[in-house]
Amino acid sequence: MTQLSIEPAAARRVRRERPAGYYWYIVPGAAGFIAIVLLPFAMNIWYSLTRWSGVGTPQFIGLDNYTRLFVDQTFWASFLHSAAFIVAMAIIPTAFGVFIAAVLFDYISPRFGTRIASFLRATFYLPQILPIAVAGVLWSWMYQPQYGIINTILRGVGLGDLAQNWLGDSDFAIYAVMNVLIWLQIGYTVVIFMAGLSRVDPALHEAAELDGAGWFQRFRAITLNQLRPEIAVVVITTSVAALKVFAPIFVLTGGGPGTATIVPAYFSFTNFFTTNRVGYGAAIATVLAVLVTVIAVVLLRYQTRNTEGFEK
Amino acid sequence: MTADTLVREAASSAEPIRPAPSGRRRSARAHRGISGWAVLAVLLVASLLMLFPFWVAIVNAFKPPADYIADGPISIPTQLDFSALVNFWNGVDFNQKLLNSVIVSGSVAILAAALSLFSAFAIGIGRIRGRVWILAVFMVAFTIPQEALVYPLFVLTRDLYLYDTLAGVIVILAVLQSAFGTYMLSSVLGAFPAEVLEAARIDGATRFQTLRLIVFPLTRPTLAVLVTFFFIWTWNDFFLPLVLLPSADNQTVSVALGALSGQYTSDPTALAAASLAGILPAIVFFLIFQRTLMRGVNLGAIK
Repeated sequence: MTQLSIEPAAARRVRRERPAGYYWYIVPGAAGFIAIVLLPFAMNIWYSLTRWSGVGTPQFIGLDNYTRLFVDQTFWASFLHSAAFIVAMAIIPTAFGVFIAAVLFDYISPRFGTRIASFLRATFYLPQILPIAVAGVLWSWMYQPQYGIINTILRGVGLGDLAQNWLGDSDFAIYAVMNVLIWLQIGYTVVIFMAGLSRVDPALHEAAELDGAGWFQRFRAITLNQLRPEIAVVVITTSVAALKVFAPIFVLTGGGPGTATIVPAYFSFTNFFTTNRVGYGAAIATVLAVLVTVIAVVLLRYQTRNTEGFEK
Repeated sequence: MTADTLVREAASSAEPIRPAPSGRRRSARAHRGISGWAVLAVLLVASLLMLFPFWVAIVNAFKPPADYIADGPISIPTQLDFSALVNFWNGVDFNQKLLNSVIVSGSVAILAAALSLFSAFAIGIGRIRGRVWILAVFMVAFTIPQEALVYPLFVLTRDLYLYDTLAGVIVILAVLQSAFGTYMLSSVLGAFPAEVLEAARIDGATRFQTLRLIVFPLTRPTLAVLVTFFFIWTWNDFFLPLVLLPSADNQTVSVALGALSGQYTSDPTALAAASLAGILPAIVFFLIFQRTLMRGVNLGAIK
């Protein structure tokens, strides 16, 4: 905001080209930002340097919380699970999404009409509109070991040996959660990539078709190439979202069994509100915030390069 | 997640919309062929798998518990039994949760859109200095994990007597979401036709008049999309309402359902009914807002 203090002559010159006083309109947003984001984040960093149970006076302990994090198995496990959720929320949905979108857009739609393509797109998108808590309740019921629908079906087709306590077994829990996340995310990528495909010039496909290129060749050479900006943005944003996963863990597993599905967000939450180790929880949250911000900066740089309008 | 949908939709809509499948490709319509039907069949199976959880929730929500015990979760109910749904609805006072969710989501959507419009007016139309940096800083609000804000927000709302009030959650979520709206709208307003603004200035319009009489009406379609998205995000939001609205009277639908985990495990039809109660409003919004969402894709046509 130092830009505000410019010398009077310059200010007058600026006013002629771009009427000043627009600054007033940023005040509500900026004030809200300072009160809701900046101040709390600064407080969070302060808490992370203290030992504090939430009552009484925080006791300054320097970087102890952070050094403790480094040797905390649970902390590392939580980031390992984040990596698994990047696969479930970013990698797999992008791979499937780009393929499904392409099939719907230039295979199904020309042959069976746009209505069928739109209908299919809507069915893929539907899980996205659910509150994640609702999706969690729904799936925890489907995964239930005794009466859950998945085990019922397995027993029904004679594969009863495969029936598991999906969320209660530490070997399977993480995959069970990943499955829910994939189900939630696929539609998001399908919708974005279909929107992206509508900006690809059909003449490209026509030319390739005339040259005798099959659907797969065109998919590889044209579609994937043209969708590169969308794919990059989707992978980055969904990876950021994967690092922030909380609700599915809260509803489905509570991080368990043991620490089999714990994630950074949930780990900091339990430190804040269950074990009352506020300083430690704040340290985890700070590390997570830094990590996410680094990725987000990459995203922002990428997007501003591609968005016109405000940088000039 | 859905935030990014909007970014992309807005960004891609900035491109001129090309004519849909051209004549040559449309002529391929006749050649559906065996492979065409096979691909369609595969996709239909995939979409049925996507819909399967919705289907079982509906089927079992109305199933008499005796049916469930006898025939399991897949069978069609022999008779419609609304008791599980009614019991759940009354048991958690679902009307109250719905009302809370409507109040919170509606207020956040409107407040956040207004904040976004004001900030974007300064950035996109006013072109204030340092706007790129301001936007970059606003983006932090959008990407920062809420865990890194939650405990201080808990402390601050408690000190300000806003803890466990809808008002506290509304203000916090509105500010957080307006960060994204500012980002979105700034790029839309950055491309606002300069002649229109010039004409307004020559006619002696003040900045606020320009905002109210020219920018607002012309940006209304974009704002409608933003309000829709803000509403749905807030409806689905879980973490901050979970922490900041502990009492049953103030819970939103999402929090009420999330708190169910672990309960009702001995009563499968009750869980199905709870799932259905959570699904229904989402489906209703989907049906109501579908056109607005699609309009988001076609924003470019309006600009």
